[in-house]
Amino acid sequence: MIYAIDDISYAYDSINILERISIQLEKGFFYGILGPNGCGKTTFLDLLIRHKKPNSGHITFSGTDLSKISRKQLARKIALVSQNFYINFPYTAREVVIMGRYPYISRFSSPSSEDLDRVDSIMEKTGVDLLSDNFITELSGGERQRVVFARALVQDTDVIILDEATSNLDIRHTIDLLDIVRNRVDQKKLTVISVFQNINLAARYCDRLIFLRNGNIIAQGKTEEMVNKCLIQKVFDVESEIRFESLYNSSQVIFKRGASETL
Amino acid sequence: MAKRIKKLLYRHMAWKFILLLAVLSVAVLISAGMGYLKISFYDVVNIIVTSITGNTEQMKDMEDVFSVVVMDVRLPRILCAVIVGAGLAVSGCVYQGILLNPLADPYTLGISAGAAFGASLAFLFFPEAGLYAIPCFAFSGAVVTLFVVVWLSSGKTFSRDGLSSNSLILSGIIVASILSAGISFLKYIADEEVSVIIFWLMGSFASKTWTDVWILLMVVSTGSLIIYFYSRDLNVIALGSRMASTLGINTGRVTMILLITSSLVAAVCVAVSGIIGFVGLLVPHMMRSMTGPDNTRLIPVSLLAGGILMVTADTITRAVLPVEVPIGVLTALIGGPFFCYVFRRNHLRNRGKQV
Repeated sequence: MIYAIDDISYAYDSINILERISIQLEKGFFYGILGPNGCGKTTFLDLLIRHKKPNSGHITFSGTDLSKISRKQLARKIALVSQNFYINFPYTAREVVIMGRYPYISRFSSPSSEDLDRVDSIMEKTGVDLLSDNFITELSGGERQRVVFARALVQDTDVIILDEATSNLDIRHTIDLLDIVRNRVDQKKLTVISVFQNINLAARYCDRLIFLRNGNIIAQGKTEEMVNKCLIQKVFDVESEIRFESLYNSSQVIFKRGASETL
Repeated sequence: MAKRIKKLLYRHMAWKFILLLAVLSVAVLISAGMGYLKISFYDVVNIIVTSITGNTEQMKDMEDVFSVVVMDVRLPRILCAVIVGAGLAVSGCVYQGILLNPLADPYTLGISAGAAFGASLAFLFFPEAGLYAIPCFAFSGAVVTLFVVVWLSSGKTFSRDGLSSNSLILSGIIVASILSAGISFLKYIADEEVSVIIFWLMGSFASKTWTDVWILLMVVSTGSLIIYFYSRDLNVIALGSRMASTLGINTGRVTMILLITSSLVAAVCVAVSGIIGFVGLLVPHMMRSMTGPDNTRLIPVSLLAGGILMVTADTITRAVLPVEVPIGVLTALIGGPFFCYVFRRNHLRNRGKQV
């Protein structure tokens, strides 16, 4: 078990964002987190990466209390790809990817040739090798997102957290990125925890789905059990049909008109 | 082609540093020879070497006044200019890095306005205490302003995690405009003292002593070392505080340490020399096109370039121009238009790319 989350709550300005959440996340699975806007998905990720501290409850990471692990240690275990990422300074794409090796390089030394080999091979795999010398400030949103994804892979962690990482990628790059993630889960037993907006992408790629609503976990379990009309109605307030797509070997959701329109 | 040149520059960091150090030393020596009394380069070197070694053998054929002019009048002033330039440039790098804004400088956060207000108070209420009261008041003004700005922007309603750059800039602007109204009021009630306040506000290195040099050297060198220690963390902060968290950096703590250190450096510089604008803004901006945005390179290079720029500007006002122009006025008159040019050029270039 990689994460044991025991009864955590998080409130901000006395507004409860997450209420008494308990869940256990296993190593080597691809978890998808789904829920309507403002349900606390991003805050949940912030607690997992220790960017925020829960007001109550405990998070145990690989058997150790998360708050007792040093930040530098944690940087070698957990990587984050967030959405809408923007840099104001003209670093080259390669320089940004190299930052992913910082947790392994001491403060005043420069990256070793192994570090750089790793950077270059991952940039090639993720298809950003051609952008290597381009300034990050001059890349398109999608290109920038792929550079940041390469940076997270270079970090060489057991856990990757994706916060709507594909939200500004076109369909081809979305599939490429999720294919790479899926492969790493299957081959290297990586654990991936990802927030999705698109339930069909989540249904196709994830092993487990977690539904959040109003700061609570409404349901969680195997993807094939989670994708059903009743649950989708309950979480998103939208009527739907479920069809099995043999090409993906997974269920896909077809949305009918939203509940608000049928009124 | 431009890319290739940039790559070459990236690779030769050590040489660039040594080159700048050489330029700085030569600039200091040349400047020490310039002025009302012309002293040759060779004599300047001789005077400095003998006063360090204490060996007066070589001084026999030189007039005593030369030695006094170089050692007691010009060198303290020149070294103050070098250190203040270096300090302002380094703190400019830090502000730009923390506020994620290449246009920030020690003045954005109202630090200078705080110092100016403090100094104006000293001029008005303690005119007799003079030399010691002004730097002390200027420094306290700067520090108090810093804490007010940080307190304003770290309140719960402003941001969820530590200090956000937007709220810092906003608080800085608010506090600075209140303070400048305060300065106007002090000037209004100052009567005869008003000219002293105005001159101090324009900045000057005239009649600086070795005491000033040592105080500046101690604060700026310690501050710069602390800042350099965190320079790589500053790079990662550019990725945003969430991403920096997952790269092993305690963003809140690092931001606070860097902010306080660079503000102290800027405050001491302002306290000694008055208000000298545009150096903290311009130098990091110019150097970034030579070194790239990597702070581990940008900070040392800006330190030297700031020193060179300031000693050059001060020498121009002291020895080249027929009348001594306040250095703050000179840097703003030259730096301002130059900055407009750089800003406009980059702006046009970026726009061309988007089309």
